[in-house]
Amino acid sequence: MSRPADAAVLVTGASKGIGAAIAQALAADGWAVGVNYRGDADGARRTVDAIEAAGGRALAVQGDVAEGDPQALLGAVAEGLGPVLGLVNNAGVRADGLAIQMDDGDWRTVLDTNLTAPFRMTRDALRPMIRARYGRVVNVASIVGPRANAGQANYAAAKAGLIGFTKTVAAEVARRGVTINAVAPGFIETDMTADLPEGVLDLVPARRVGTPEEVAACVRFLASDDAGYVTGTTLFVDGGMSA
Amino acid sequence: MATTATPQKVEEVITDALTQFGPERDEISREKTFEELDIDSLDLAELSQIIEDEFGVQLKGDDVGKIKTVGDAVDLVVSRAA
Repeated sequence: MSRPADAAVLVTGASKGIGAAIAQALAADGWAVGVNYRGDADGARRTVDAIEAAGGRALAVQGDVAEGDPQALLGAVAEGLGPVLGLVNNAGVRADGLAIQMDDGDWRTVLDTNLTAPFRMTRDALRPMIRARYGRVVNVASIVGPRANAGQANYAAAKAGLIGFTKTVAAEVARRGVTINAVAPGFIETDMTADLPEGVLDLVPARRVGTPEEVAACVRFLASDDAGYVTGTTLFVDGGMSA
Repeated sequence: MATTATPQKVEEVITDALTQFGPERDEISREKTFEELDIDSLDLAELSQIIEDEFGVQLKGDDVGKIKTVGDAVDLVVSRAA
């Protein structure tokens, strides 16, 4: 089955960085895009403007995925743009520190936003997708999780959990034409990686950081009709780091 | 506005829903078990959603686990809606 012409996708955390690039790539592929943001209304506005300038449809939707009501976010997109048959769980936070020194709050914050929020969003988004016999969910995971990264026990646990979640839900809903996949970015040029230590690129066979657009292109593929038989997988976008 | 859950209307909605999952209409009766109709857990989850949308009756995982036949499902929805 192919994507209905009026289908909308919600991209969480789309005011900047990888999320903004994903929103623009999906709009270029014909999706109407709900651009979710928590606090950066100007960033979300810029994402919406860029999509509209390129001839696409988009709507900024404020909400904290860790605390808000998923139905409110999904409902706002459905009302403003059309049936929500796509979801990209991109919003993420970091609170780094060695596990031995990590307090409960930093653990919980990262798990809430990076793992529990994608679960809650996905659960609520799946209902209409299952009824429509069409849906695309893409979770933005990380090479951290499948790989160790000292100082990010919380982040690694959340992202590894997100990959496990992706696989199991994929198996649950595959027969309804709904796919759920993950992308696992390596070092990507964003605010979140602005403070990378010297020499880190020695770990990357490609010897460079990736761009948000390179991650977005992979999400665009996984959300496309061409990827209808791809589900439960994790696509690493890491310059060969996990090879 | 939710539809009034008369036994006849509930059976009609459930039968219509089940036909979307595979069985032919004439195979479906109150006595048939979901297992006999080859209705799986995802089908039942979707059926619960259809029932909630139509009658405003929420069926939880526990409820769904208890119902074995089409008649069980009809009776449960009618009793919950009452």
